[in-house]
Amino acid sequence: MIKTDIIIIGAGPTGLFAVFEAGLLKLKCHLIDSLPKAGGQCAEIYPKKPIYDIPSRPEILAGDLVDQLMKQIQPFQPGFTLGETAQEIQKQEDGSFVVTTNKGTQHQAAVVAIAGGLGTFEPRKPDLANLAKWEDKGVDYIIREPEKYRDKKILIAGGGDSALDWTIVLAEVAQSVTLVHRRNEFRGALDSVEKVQALKDQNKIKLITPAQVSALEGEKYLTGVTISQEATSVTQPVDYFIPLFGLTPKLGPIAQWGLEIEKNAIKVDNSLDYQTNIPGIYAIGDVNTYPGKLKLILCGFHEATLMCQSAFKRIYPNKRNVLKYTTVSGISGFDGSRKEAQKSTIKTIE
Amino acid sequence: MDIKITVIDRSGKAHQIEAPTDMAMNLMEVCKAYELPVEGTCGGMAMCASCQCYVLSDHNLEEKSPDEEAMLSEAFHVKENSRLGCQIPMHKKLEGLKVELAPE
Repeated sequence: MIKTDIIIIGAGPTGLFAVFEAGLLKLKCHLIDSLPKAGGQCAEIYPKKPIYDIPSRPEILAGDLVDQLMKQIQPFQPGFTLGETAQEIQKQEDGSFVVTTNKGTQHQAAVVAIAGGLGTFEPRKPDLANLAKWEDKGVDYIIREPEKYRDKKILIAGGGDSALDWTIVLAEVAQSVTLVHRRNEFRGALDSVEKVQALKDQNKIKLITPAQVSALEGEKYLTGVTISQEATSVTQPVDYFIPLFGLTPKLGPIAQWGLEIEKNAIKVDNSLDYQTNIPGIYAIGDVNTYPGKLKLILCGFHEATLMCQSAFKRIYPNKRNVLKYTTVSGISGFDGSRKEAQKSTIKTIE
Repeated sequence: MDIKITVIDRSGKAHQIEAPTDMAMNLMEVCKAYELPVEGTCGGMAMCASCQCYVLSDHNLEEKSPDEEAMLSEAFHVKENSRLGCQIPMHKKLEGLKVELAPE
């Protein structure tokens, strides 16, 4: 059981910044995210796109914003459970909560802050007959460990960055890699497109475009994939079929936690502290809703800050506390690090 | 100046709405402003296809950008007349535009 002060569900910008504000109050945080890396949408959907409305940042790439936040919260040493989805929540007799992931990892804290953005990112699945039959038996939507594919016959479908990137990685590992895409054009970083072109020219991968996977076959495990190209169809033996058609967000298991939901978002009390209808569970950032709600990163930062003050009062009901300014108080990390303003020098001028 | 457009939702119901042409809004945003069931997950970057629609009227729309082409090539339920709502800016020449929301 992982024990902490605040369990934060969702490691996007709002969840990450909450770690900082909690840290100033000496509260420890642990983040859970269904994606294998921190950063949420910023890291997954648009890392190379600029954001122009972060105060004092005339322009910052979404991926850089995440990197900077990770650097900012580093002194407060948050824990991470990544690649796992928060599945269940149980209230304990002492008033704390236990959050269990789909992989069975358990976390306990007095406060839970849901910073889940648009929800859990689920893979977009192609419309193929009996697809589910081979899921985890030859059909994978997310690649976690490239070694799994060593000396195997792989077929990747898709035309975006992840299809290109994994084609490049698996070309080194797998026995054979075939990349199938509906068009001749790929949308990805120029560098990746050029690398895939080179792999094709060296016959290290097989590229089939414009084409589509139209059928799957196999008994218990997937053994073959049919690729259709205009009027012709060919069936090719494969060990793994990896469709990479992007991810789509769903509110997911959180929707079943007894929280008040309105239009796919969690209702909170915005006059006070962004608490939900269940005391001790807060919702901050894009996942919440209240009159006048704006889904902006900068609003998420504000909500995270107020949430942490309220969480402190919940965890230490009898402790007096006062707002401190980092310029005056500096930052004392849980790792023993210390940052503070330079003392002014007082010296006589004769 | 406002234009009148028709959006048919996924249950087949037609909504006649007035869309401003002076607020730099696109079709996805107009639908959201009227609380029609369009997610606009990516915020309008042509990266999610949650605003995919079928254009039913014969308006001459701007050509698809390479980004929109690429997204539509990966989206599902794509037809000849598929477009991404976020890539259709509201303009007075779109008076009478009629679209149907694609399945989710």
